[in-house]
Amino acid sequence: MTCVATPTLVKGSRSTRSTIALKILMAVTGLVFIGYVLLHMYGNLKVFAGQEAFDEYAHHLRTFGEPMLPYGGLLWVIRAVLLLSVIGHAYSAFALWSRASKARTHKYVMMKAVTATLSSRMMRWGGVALLLFVVFHLLHLTTHTINVNGDPGSPYERLVSSFQPGQWWVAVIYLLAMLALAMHLRHGVFSVSQTLGYSNNARSRARANFAGVFLAVVIAGGFALVPLSILFGIVD
Amino acid sequence: MKIKLKIWRQPNAGTKGAMHDYDLAEVSEDMSFLEMLDLLNENLNEQGEDPVAFDSDCREGICGTCSLMINGQAHGPDVATTCQLHMRSFKDGDTITVEPWRAEAFPVLKDLIVDRSAFDRIIQSGGFISANTGSAPEANNLPVEKAKADRAFDVATCIGCGACVAACPNGSASLFVGAKITHLGELPQGQPERDMRVVDMVAQADYEGFGGCTNIGECTAACPKEIPQDVISQLNKDLRTAMKHGH
Amino acid sequence: MTESTTTRVSDAADYFTLGDAIADTKAPHDVSVPQMWEERKAHANLVNPANRRKIKVIMVGTGLAGASAAATLGEAGYHVESFCYQDSPRRAHSIAAQGGINAAKNYRNDGDSVYRLFYDTVKGGDFRSRESNSWRLAEVSASIIDQCVAQGVPFAREYGGLLDNRSFGGVQVSRTFYARGQTGQQLLIGAYQALERQVAAGTVTTHTRHEMLELVVVDGVAKGIIVRDMVTGEIETHLGDAVVLATGGYGNVYFLSTNAMGCNVTAAWRAHRKGAYMGNPCYTQIHPTCIPVSGENQSKLTLMSESLRNDGRIWVPKKKEDCAKDPRDIPEEDRDYYLERIYPAFGNLVPRDIASRQAKYMCDDGRGVGPEVDGVRRGVYLDFADAIDRLGLEAVKTKYGNLFDMYKQITAENPYELPMRVYPAVHYVMGGLWVDYDLESNVSGLFVAGEANFSDQGANRLGASALMQGLADGYFVLPYTIANYLAHPAERIDESHPAVVEAKQAVEERINHFLTVNGTRSVDSYHKELGHLMWEYCGMERSKEGLTHAIESIRELKADFWKNVKVLGTADTLNQSLERAGRVADFLELGELMCIDALNRRESAGGHFRAESQTPDGEAERIDEEFAYVAAWEWGGEDGHTPVLHQEALSYEAIEMKARSYK
Repeated sequence: MTCVATPTLVKGSRSTRSTIALKILMAVTGLVFIGYVLLHMYGNLKVFAGQEAFDEYAHHLRTFGEPMLPYGGLLWVIRAVLLLSVIGHAYSAFALWSRASKARTHKYVMMKAVTATLSSRMMRWGGVALLLFVVFHLLHLTTHTINVNGDPGSPYERLVSSFQPGQWWVAVIYLLAMLALAMHLRHGVFSVSQTLGYSNNARSRARANFAGVFLAVVIAGGFALVPLSILFGIVD
Repeated sequence: MKIKLKIWRQPNAGTKGAMHDYDLAEVSEDMSFLEMLDLLNENLNEQGEDPVAFDSDCREGICGTCSLMINGQAHGPDVATTCQLHMRSFKDGDTITVEPWRAEAFPVLKDLIVDRSAFDRIIQSGGFISANTGSAPEANNLPVEKAKADRAFDVATCIGCGACVAACPNGSASLFVGAKITHLGELPQGQPERDMRVVDMVAQADYEGFGGCTNIGECTAACPKEIPQDVISQLNKDLRTAMKHGH
Repeated sequence: MTESTTTRVSDAADYFTLGDAIADTKAPHDVSVPQMWEERKAHANLVNPANRRKIKVIMVGTGLAGASAAATLGEAGYHVESFCYQDSPRRAHSIAAQGGINAAKNYRNDGDSVYRLFYDTVKGGDFRSRESNSWRLAEVSASIIDQCVAQGVPFAREYGGLLDNRSFGGVQVSRTFYARGQTGQQLLIGAYQALERQVAAGTVTTHTRHEMLELVVVDGVAKGIIVRDMVTGEIETHLGDAVVLATGGYGNVYFLSTNAMGCNVTAAWRAHRKGAYMGNPCYTQIHPTCIPVSGENQSKLTLMSESLRNDGRIWVPKKKEDCAKDPRDIPEEDRDYYLERIYPAFGNLVPRDIASRQAKYMCDDGRGVGPEVDGVRRGVYLDFADAIDRLGLEAVKTKYGNLFDMYKQITAENPYELPMRVYPAVHYVMGGLWVDYDLESNVSGLFVAGEANFSDQGANRLGASALMQGLADGYFVLPYTIANYLAHPAERIDESHPAVVEAKQAVEERINHFLTVNGTRSVDSYHKELGHLMWEYCGMERSKEGLTHAIESIRELKADFWKNVKVLGTADTLNQSLERAGRVADFLELGELMCIDALNRRESAGGHFRAESQTPDGEAERIDEEFAYVAAWEWGGEDGHTPVLHQEALSYEAIEMKARSYK
């Protein structure tokens, strides 16, 4: 006698071991990034206040919290949080990615996307692109390993010299990255709301969608202003 | 009208399949898509060729038995089940690609028929309210706010067809699970088991091999009952609440 | 033919043998009808909770009756093996019931009571149901609503949060509970979830994509079933202490019906061939409001809920020349709201059989609407223009939106602008396996629940009563009555028993036969031809001449089927033609018996209308002195043997038997 149905039911299930827990990890770390890029973008805009203000701002970031914190302490705290977030975000992304590819090994001959936005379909590769950009960005403006230009003592000079028309490709890399960031944020912000359970009706879902577009435009746009302004000589 | 069909043929679960081409004439616009396949099968039977196996039962859009990926869309181009799709949605001379639902959790049994028993096991894991027969209190003892009752009904219209999984690039069952979580979670009767229900159902869905949700919304677009994406957010919220409660 | 009423020779005399009269022996007849169920429960045998898990119940079918019974028996601790041909228990065709479920709750304070529901059921059934069963049905109806609400069935509610009701055809109170137009779905999902909960608890094992092909009977006692695994083709034996058939109705004998494609009579018919009596097989319900047939290749008919008749008005043009016109161009004075005209008291809410027959008459009179199929327009208007004026578009949308959408999807016409076209179609069968008060057939240990039994509905079923009966049987009747049987179960047998071997062999031989005939005609072509004969001669109106013709034609068709059917493929795979061949083979035999039953019953009652038996103004004429009995048919044997008719006399003590009038 064969019993076909009910081979197994999961025993001792835990919320923390679920795919949704992975998604929550991704959403929370994503929120950290959203907060960080918002502040980072705000700080970057100081460049429009001139060299002194910008360098002062950069210096202040390092002395922030003294004497409770050592010189540069806050930055290291932020870096640590960001590093952990990157690990968490990437881990959950790759774990979910691998689950998804295992969930359908036999692909369709024909498959149409009906409502999916481009940004929602670009999350994974866009995320990888952003990760590579962050590495480039750190090597460029934090560790000064590549494309060394200007006085290392003045962040303003380093910045402005990096985006001169003579090496337009640096600006292009940054601008492309901002496009990727915009797309990642457009879907990411909505996704955070979905995953954390804040868009469980039509109105809140519409709000979450709007927030995604809004933050994408504000943050990526704000960042992009700097290289664009330098490229076109508005800031020099 | 005349149409060309490209259909997935696979003799059984253990054998490899392939797409096959068929020409079909004398298709009328008033036929449903499945009646068109019936006609194809009558012809194949006539020619001594094994008819195409596909699932269907009520043919009025409610039992959830029919499936089919039609031209890359679950249940075809209309917001309806395949049995309610009519040939008037196609044009003379069209080529129509027909494939089974594709998901590891929905293995193909033959041709266009897949095994969706994973959905039953998800329900077994917690998709119910424990109310033994005979133990129920008088029905009107517990009024239910109309808005909640209506929402519970709206999401309880899920027919378990699996289109959400089929359309999802991640092969996720989140819409199916979310619909049940929301249905039972909206009602006062569903509260005592709410935390364990979501934890168990999500664990079972994971175990069956469904993917995670990336909130892109293809499931909702494919759902013949138009279950909204809200239910996935509700599902996530309920799981987070259960997590907070230590489950 | 002799015309003396008492000894008149049956019209079907050549086709059957008269057997002994039978009677229900289980209902406690020493108490009055309202006390019977309490009395029966009070004295039924019980099974000790510790012993229940050792008792195995085989449950075939997972619709409202099967799923609710399996869940309830599982909760009680019995070991239940549940079977369905669908890929999931949730897909059983109960899911398609739209309108609602009746219950004598009297929430509307409009004078409803158990007695009223009982009265309406028996009157609606045209005094051809068993009084004791109908009373019990009404009695347990209220508990069903309680149970379903506790399970989380999202019934429609009022703003105050309490349950809403609506009224339905054939009654004058508002007692129907509903979940928009998907009540059957919601109730079935409730029962399905309860069933799956028991699967998780380990009391119930489900076998999906399994079709019962034979009943194992030893010395008049049901011992188990033979099933085919529809995926692997394996023939399996399942033996137990009792077998329950909750396998639904056989409306698909008409090929076109509102049943699901897979609905079939095979389980019931196999039981019939093994000795179980078939009760009133000719009692078929034709639902008045279905979407009309549109073409040759149509595979099924879609019902539009009867609830539409609450607000929609049915009419045809007064003049034949208006039939092809746009209905919006036909002025009010040229419209014939025929139900309101003929039946002013009930108007559009007359019972289903009456509404159906009148629609047929209008179309036969040449006043039908819609496209001509075979030269006749078969459709009448169901018009919501007045309702939209009176209630507003939004209110109509809320109440009927999904039905309107469905209509539009199928016909490509917008019912908010154009009146819908409807026509009767086969929807439900009141006939089925004969059972006693305990729902046990004459084969000991074989229980039959829901639409599969000959039911509490008599010759016609009221709207919103099928869901009620399915759940009443499954939740509240069978669990008590089967326990009475299981308290002293018969001895079990094992798979080596000659009865098992023989049953299994018979199944295999039949399958082999279908696969080796190598004929020229497809299974569906036979099914269509049978359906056409049944609809034409054993449909809304039946006559001696037509039925006799049908019986002879079906016999020829059957003989040809066995010689000339073409079934491809093999037995050891998923083979849908093979599945259908077995079902059509049984439909052919059933169709013949239905015609014989219809021919014998030379009266008009409920859904059974004999042309020879009508009043001067064309209404159904019941002949109580001759036909106040349940016709329980015993299988006579293969060709050349005639079925045997056993009569169970019907008498009424709680209700006065009188002519049914809705005027």
